[in-house]
Amino acid sequence: MKNVFSLAVISGILNTMMGLATPFLYAALGETIAQTSGVVNLGVDGVMLLSGFAAFYVALSTGSLWLGLLAAALVGLLLGLLMSFVSVTLKAEQGVSGIGLYMFGLGMSSLLLKILVGTVKTVQGFAPVPIPVLANIPFIGPILFRNSIPVYGAFLLVPVVWWMLEKTTLGLKIKSVGQNPAAADSLGISVDGIRYLSVCMGAVLAGVAGASLSISVLNLFQDNLTAGQGFIAVALVYFGGWSPIGVLGGALLFSVVNSFQLWVQVLGVKIPASVAIMLPYILTIAALTVTVNRMRQPAALNKPFERGES
Amino acid sequence: MKGKGFLIAGIMIVLLAAGVFADPFRIAVVMPSATTDMAFSQSMWSALVAIQKEMGGESALVLKYSENMYNVPDAAAAVRDYASQGFDVVIAHGSQYGSSVQEIAKDFPQTTFAWGTDVNTFGLPNVYAYTAAAEQGGYVNGVLAARLTKSKKIGVTGPVEVGDAKTYIDGFVQGVQSVNPGITVSKTWTGSFSDVALMAAAAKTHIASGADILTGSSQSVVGSIGAAKDNGGVLWFGTQSDQASLAPKLVVASQVYDWTGMLRDIISKHKSGVLGGVAYTLTLENSGLKVAYNPAFMLPAGVKAAGDAAINGIAKGTIKVEP
Repeated sequence: MKNVFSLAVISGILNTMMGLATPFLYAALGETIAQTSGVVNLGVDGVMLLSGFAAFYVALSTGSLWLGLLAAALVGLLLGLLMSFVSVTLKAEQGVSGIGLYMFGLGMSSLLLKILVGTVKTVQGFAPVPIPVLANIPFIGPILFRNSIPVYGAFLLVPVVWWMLEKTTLGLKIKSVGQNPAAADSLGISVDGIRYLSVCMGAVLAGVAGASLSISVLNLFQDNLTAGQGFIAVALVYFGGWSPIGVLGGALLFSVVNSFQLWVQVLGVKIPASVAIMLPYILTIAALTVTVNRMRQPAALNKPFERGES
Repeated sequence: MKGKGFLIAGIMIVLLAAGVFADPFRIAVVMPSATTDMAFSQSMWSALVAIQKEMGGESALVLKYSENMYNVPDAAAAVRDYASQGFDVVIAHGSQYGSSVQEIAKDFPQTTFAWGTDVNTFGLPNVYAYTAAAEQGGYVNGVLAARLTKSKKIGVTGPVEVGDAKTYIDGFVQGVQSVNPGITVSKTWTGSFSDVALMAAAAKTHIASGADILTGSSQSVVGSIGAAKDNGGVLWFGTQSDQASLAPKLVVASQVYDWTGMLRDIISKHKSGVLGGVAYTLTLENSGLKVAYNPAFMLPAGVKAAGDAAINGIAKGTIKVEP
C-alpha cells in the first residue's frame, strides 16, 4: 500500500486524471451555461457522440484535426438548435426531449460509423504540446504542462465560463432568464433568444467534448464511445452547484478517484476490483450529500417560459 | 418405354424445382456490440457470413442481425421477434441473455435457440449453448508475451471479471508463469465491456508503471490498443478476433474464435430434427480456437516455436490449462 503514495505513483494518478477530466469539463461547463438559463439538456451524451463521430470522420478524411474540431462544434451547434427549438419554442418537456436527442445521437453516430467508416479505425490525434519552461517544473510540470491542446482548452475554459457568467452583461442576462424569466422579459430581455444562445453554447461545448475523446484522448471512434459520460457531466452540474468552479471540483474529484482505483489495481493492492470500480461513484455521491447547494439552482430550471403566465 | 422416360424426367424436374425453390435456411443473431467491434460480436458475425458463402449465398441462408443490444430487455424483445418471424435458428450472442433465452425458448418449441458463452442448455430440447476455452489461447499468448517482454512487466486490461474475459486472463497468467514466474502481471478491471475511455486510461496506467506488453478482452480494448500505439513500443496480444489491423506493428498475435464448425453442426442437426440439447466448447484441439500470428510483426523464430509448442501441447492434452 505504501507504493500507492510514492511520488511517481501520485504523479501518474494526476496525469491520468487530466485526460479523464477533459471531456467532463467541456460537457459540464456547457451544460452549466444551458441550465443557468433554465434549460436542462439530457441529450449531452448524444451530442458528444454525434459530434465526436463528425470530428473523427473529418479528421480521418482530411487529415486535419482542426477541421475535425470545427466539424464537431458545427454538429453541436445544429443539435443545440434542434434542442432549443423543441424545448424553448415548442415548449416540450425538457427531460423527454433531451433523452430523445441522446437516442438520436447514439443511433445516428452508430449508423454513420457503419456506412461511412465500416470498421474501427484510428487517427493520429492531438499530440501533447509541452509548454516551454513550465513543462520542466519538477512534479507539476509533466502533469499540468505536457498535455494536448484540447486538454489545456478544457481547463482554461473554467475561468472563461466563470467570467462570462459572473462579470459580463450576457452572463447577467443568462442568470436572470434562468432565475426569473418573467422579470427578465419585462426588462426587454428576449428569454427565448437567451435560452437558444445558452443551449447552443452548451451543445457546442458538448460537441468539443466528443471531439476531445475521438481525436485527442482515444484517437478512434466506436459505437457508444462515451459510455454515458455525458450523463455524468450533467450530474456534475448539480454537484458543482451550477458554478464553473464547482464543476471543475467535481470533474477532478471523479477523475482522480477513477485514476486512483486504476493505479490501485495495477499495483496489486488487495482490494476487490468491484470495490475499486465503485469508488469514484461512491465518493462523488458522498461528497454531493455534504456539499450540495440547492440554493444556487436556477429557479426557472426545466420550466418553459410563456409570456403572461406567472 | 417412352412413358417411363417421361415419368422419370417429370420426377426429376419436380425434385429439381423443389431444390431450387426450397425455402432458404434462416438464422438471426442478437449481439451486445457492433458486428465490427474487432472482438466478440465480430467473431460470430464473421463466422455466419462465412457459412452463408459456403452454403451458396442468400438463396441458401438468410442472415439477420441486431447489434448493440447491450440493454437486455431490448435484446429479449429482438430474440422473441425473430422467433415469431419463423427463423430456424436464433442466436443470443451474450452470456447476459441466458435467462431471456430460457424463458422465450419454451414459447417456440420448433425454433432452435443458441446462446453463449455458457454451457447451460436449461434442459430444454431446443436450446444449444456454446462457450470458448479462452484460457487455452490465453496461455499461448502468455508464453509468447513472457518471451518478448524486456521490462518483465505485463499489463492486462480486463472489462468485467466474468466469463471468457476472466478465463482468457487466467490462462494468460498461467502461460506467462510457465516461462518465468518472476514476471509481474498486473490486472485491471474497468467494470464495463464498452467503456473505451476507461480502458484506455487503464492501459496508460499499466504503461506508466512500466509494462511493455499489454493484453485484454472485450470490444473496449480498442482503447488499450490505441494507448499502446501512442506509446510506440508497447506490444499487444488480442483475443476473440484478429486485431492485427488495428496496430500492424504492435499486435503480435490474437486468439481467434472460429464459430463456423459449431454453426455447421447446429444447422445440420436442426435440419435432421435435433433442435438443441448440446453444449459446444471451442478449443485448440477442435480448431474452434486458433492463434493468429500477425505476419507484419517480426516474431523471433525461437519465440514462435515456443508458441507453436504450447498450441500443440494444449491440443494434445500434454499441457493442462485451468480456467
